[in-house]
Amino acid sequence: MTTITLRFKVNGRPVQLEVPPGRRLLDLLRQDLGLTGTKEGCGEGECGACTVLVDGKPRLACLTAAVQVEGKEVVTIEGLAREGKLHPVQEGFIQTAGVQCGFCTPGLVLAAYALLQENPQPTREEIRGYLAGNLCRCTGYEQVVEAVLWAAERLK
Amino acid sequence: MNPTQIAEGKAVGQGVLRVDAEAKVAGQARYIDDLGFPGMVHAQVVRSDRPHARLRRLDLSPVLAHPKVVAVVTPRDIPGQNCVPIIYRDMPALAEDVVRYVGEPVALVAAETREAAREAALRARIDFEDLPAVFDPLEALNPGAPQAAVREAAEQGNVFNAMRIRKGNVEEGFAQADVIVEGEYRVGYQEHLYLEPQGVIAVPEEGGMTVYGSLQCPFYVQNAVATVLGLPFAKVRIVQTVTGGGFGGKEDVPSHLAAMAALLAWKSKRPVKLVYDRDEDIATTSKRHPGIIRYRTGAKRDGTLTAVEVEFFYNAGAYQTLSSAVLWRGLIHAAGPYRIPHVKVDGYSVATHTVPCGAFRGFGSPQVIFAHESQMDELAKALGMDPLALRAKNALRVGDRTATDQVLEESVGLWECIERVRALARWDELQREVEEFNRRERFRRRGLGVSTVMYGVGMGAKAPLLDKAGAYVKLEVDGSVTVAVGTTEMGQGAQTVLSQIAAEALGVPISSVQIAPVDTSRVPDSGPTVASRTTTVQGQAIVDAAAKLRQRIDQAVRLILECPQFTLEGQTFCASGAARRRATLADVARWMWAHNWDMGATGWVEAAPVDWDPQTGLGKAYFVYSYAAHLAEVEVDLLTGEVKVTRFWAVHDSGKIVNPDTARGQVLGGIAQGIGYALLEELVSQDGRILYPTLTAYHIPTSADVPEVAVEFGEAPYSAGPFGAKGLGEVPLMASHVAVANAISRAVGRRLRQYPALPQRVLELVEGGLG
Repeated sequence: MTTITLRFKVNGRPVQLEVPPGRRLLDLLRQDLGLTGTKEGCGEGECGACTVLVDGKPRLACLTAAVQVEGKEVVTIEGLAREGKLHPVQEGFIQTAGVQCGFCTPGLVLAAYALLQENPQPTREEIRGYLAGNLCRCTGYEQVVEAVLWAAERLK
Repeated sequence: MNPTQIAEGKAVGQGVLRVDAEAKVAGQARYIDDLGFPGMVHAQVVRSDRPHARLRRLDLSPVLAHPKVVAVVTPRDIPGQNCVPIIYRDMPALAEDVVRYVGEPVALVAAETREAAREAALRARIDFEDLPAVFDPLEALNPGAPQAAVREAAEQGNVFNAMRIRKGNVEEGFAQADVIVEGEYRVGYQEHLYLEPQGVIAVPEEGGMTVYGSLQCPFYVQNAVATVLGLPFAKVRIVQTVTGGGFGGKEDVPSHLAAMAALLAWKSKRPVKLVYDRDEDIATTSKRHPGIIRYRTGAKRDGTLTAVEVEFFYNAGAYQTLSSAVLWRGLIHAAGPYRIPHVKVDGYSVATHTVPCGAFRGFGSPQVIFAHESQMDELAKALGMDPLALRAKNALRVGDRTATDQVLEESVGLWECIERVRALARWDELQREVEEFNRRERFRRRGLGVSTVMYGVGMGAKAPLLDKAGAYVKLEVDGSVTVAVGTTEMGQGAQTVLSQIAAEALGVPISSVQIAPVDTSRVPDSGPTVASRTTTVQGQAIVDAAAKLRQRIDQAVRLILECPQFTLEGQTFCASGAARRRATLADVARWMWAHNWDMGATGWVEAAPVDWDPQTGLGKAYFVYSYAAHLAEVEVDLLTGEVKVTRFWAVHDSGKIVNPDTARGQVLGGIAQGIGYALLEELVSQDGRILYPTLTAYHIPTSADVPEVAVEFGEAPYSAGPFGAKGLGEVPLMASHVAVANAISRAVGRRLRQYPALPQRVLELVEGGLG
């Protein structure tokens, strides 16, 4: 099978892999790199559970071909903590009970992180708008919004 | 001597942080698809694409010719019985001679990779002979309709079950009424859409089978795997993995997945992973029953309810699964949380050639609640009464009799919920605001809707054998505590709440408590994790175990301190009187260990007895009820038919709230699911085929679709619940959807009688209503 040599950074670490051109970034992360924190909820770009950051922007790993991240920086949920300490966005989800079953949580956390990079002091409405691509069936989103506000306050 | 109160009030009632949150936010929680085993292969199910057909020939030789295929399984390969036992035994693991719905499994394939399994499964050649099929439950009742139900599982024809309530005499009740309202209501499927699709891994080991999986009810799964493999239960071990949402969807369905994966694992002697795609999950797993619901309700001029008459039909699909229990809960909840002297209810679960429906949060009650709460609003309108006042007037209170003639002996907080939601939402002022808005706006209308519900906690009198729970509580040598229970965490917060109950009952800090992983070989069968029963029933089993352990701890403390009386200061036991001896719980644990004491205690609880007569439909249906009152404000765009829920208020009585933060999360999440049910969620099916089983076509609420919600708890304590707790999980969904529906009806001036209120449906109402 034809493969392509792919070089990129994941969670700050350079990696080099041989990948078939059609391989999804999602499968590469989960299967080849063992980064199972990135979840597959629908495989068609609707639920947002596979959200990762590519050069700081939220991207759906199920709709991204692995080869598209050549030379880029990918951050997954495993890469958000620094020196064993959770990022304030992660801490926010714990503090506000913004986590229930947790399956959408990695994607929501990364989307919220990206939001706060773009807009450090978002309103509730802005948070609801920005996170509308990340489905959650458990929380009804209110405590998720509170998690983001908690993190925004902490990051001031 | 009384056991000392070590640290009362330290854990129960506090917003303790979720014990499972850290692993989940860090991406370290391992869900089923994150796990693998050496030599593991991947399964794909070969399914029927016909709603009803004879299986003439199944040719799997092209499948086996695929280089990566490891094994195939057909019914002939089943060593035990070809049956997924749930309440009945009508559903085969793999269809044998006849298929009864589109998507029914007929064969299984295991291959080295998931892709290969899929490719290979497509090569299966199936020769079907189509048979006449029926999809609509009312048509299925016609004489001469095609037979969908397996005959032994049906009461008659396609009627799986018929159930009724006869209380008083409805003719007399309607004769006493000054106003009678009448209506038919229709609802379609609702899909659970847990974010994590269904999945299991079966591992052959130790002469038996271990199944890991995303599931709610491990002991159901154990039964299914033992049945298909013909193994003793003791050779079948079920281990629950971190579960990404259930909502009832992982009550019975995992039994089927586990049976199929176990069959492949048995034959191939390899670990087998079976994880559904989202599309496969939507198309082939259980959903909320579609229903046709007819109501007639009578009241006197002052609003006093005199009679209710109900007839409802649920489309059960091709196999019984949980439909008899779903129907029963619908029946018991059909008259709502009101004092009504004359009640007549007839409910039918009907077999059709469609995907089997099953458990979904509310379990047969949301459908009838849509109808009874719509009727209450129609009555209020006919009587010219305030809809909240009408509900308050008829609300059940302590000492009243329910629709099944059950006397409510305690813990009835409904009236308080109604009055508190009225105050919370500033009802009078709110109504003026809405009127003003509607006068001002040309193309937008706002409306307010209310709803009140009751919820029978636990399994109820239809399945009392399942309403038990066990717990094993063990003091470790360092003073920490391990708790083993047979109920599961699926996201609702059970691990946290049960940890709090254990901490409170033992008087230890919550950080000392660890809930053990749920593994059927190591935890007591605590019945299923359903029916909003975990806090109440499982919690009480922990209290029972902890009390026994506490007696031993206290006895040890007395021996260590050489003093009959002691107090607890912080986490240190202190001898009373002149002797100033002290000991920490860790010291006590060490001492108990060193003196060869038994450091574990088992607890057991059987829910309070219930009793119900199927002939009359009367009796003590549930041991206790939870209550709620919801209030919704919506805004309808008259030009597009779009509805937005703008504000929402909810007050719940679930007895003592163990954790206000996770309880609030249950309420907020349930309301969002209810909003989805009322407004968005529609699965289009045609001739038994779900046409677009994708998230692209099936919309659940996003963060932009749900409003901020004000939540409060009225806490009418239940004497037999742990620290007074009752159930909560299902109630918010049950109440929320119809508050939204009532708000829409009030906004447009015409009654919404069908879910979901999609824009075109709302526009039809608008055109008819505003003239």
